[in-house]
Amino acid sequence: GSAWAALALAPPGLRLPAPYRQALLPLPVYLLVAFGCYSLATVGYRLATFNDCEEAAAELQEHISAAREDLRRRGLRF
Amino acid sequence: MAADGGDKFSVLLPTYNERENLPLVVWLLVRTFRQSGNNFEIIIIDDGSPDGTQEIAEQLEKIYGSDKIIVREIISILSSSGTAYIHGMKHATGNFIVIMDADLSHHPKFIPELIRKQKEGNFDIVSGTRYKGNGGVYGWDLRRKLISRGANFITQVLLRPGASDLTGSFRLYRKEVLQKLMEKCVSKGYVFQMEMIVRARQLGYTIGEVPISFVDRVYGESKLGGNEIVSFLKGLLTLFATT
Repeated sequence: GSAWAALALAPPGLRLPAPYRQALLPLPVYLLVAFGCYSLATVGYRLATFNDCEEAAAELQEHISAAREDLRRRGLRF
Repeated sequence: MAADGGDKFSVLLPTYNERENLPLVVWLLVRTFRQSGNNFEIIIIDDGSPDGTQEIAEQLEKIYGSDKIIVREIISILSSSGTAYIHGMKHATGNFIVIMDADLSHHPKFIPELIRKQKEGNFDIVSGTRYKGNGGVYGWDLRRKLISRGANFITQVLLRPGASDLTGSFRLYRKEVLQKLMEKCVSKGYVFQMEMIVRARQLGYTIGEVPISFVDRVYGESKLGGNEIVSFLKGLLTLFATT
């Protein structure tokens, strides 16, 4: 960041030739946009590949039934 | 090592109004541990639930024995997991601590996998992750999933924590490690779980991961609101600034 500021905003004594400075100036914006695109793509991908655990939910229901039955036999008053 | 030379696992279950789910979770825990042959105890820390959670916990203690089920009540106006863990650990006689939710979103069947992973890499912490491998969730709509992935992404970018699921609360800790971390962590809620991992990394502890499924049967009733999102972001930025 400081390197960019030093070179692009060009305080006297540190001047690069004009074309270089012109190219350098918008660099932070480019990086920000690039990062923005990367973020959207990454989150989008992760959202799309977020696993849905259907079997886990079904299995849990079975376990709940078994548990209630067994606990009732052991004397639990729900 | 525990007294008899083997490993013993203390499961901490903070509860609030879990009268329905508590017996089921305890039944599953007992069955899982008996099948895997590991020595265990279950510590129920109830936060003054008005629905009779404590009463049913005491019934479970009678059924399974008070060496296996330990019931404690705390009454704190500002209930937080942190308080419950601290309180629970005082009574823990195991050398490993398992923390998990008591509402059946976490299934005890993953505990042997957490244990196996711990032995495999001699990890200080093993964290259940919903985001890797065949981990996942049930019961979330697109909006909820988006918030989850988005928040996790921001967290990864800012904190680079080396763990894929930071707000998850299904974990296995070495007891000394959890005790050390509890001294250092000050946040609440989701951020608390994140802070534990971040501080653990700072202190050089090793963290392993195991994919888990998170079955949310509560989401329909309690949507993730703007308030929670804001406090999450505030907490995240605080962590970012202090790490």
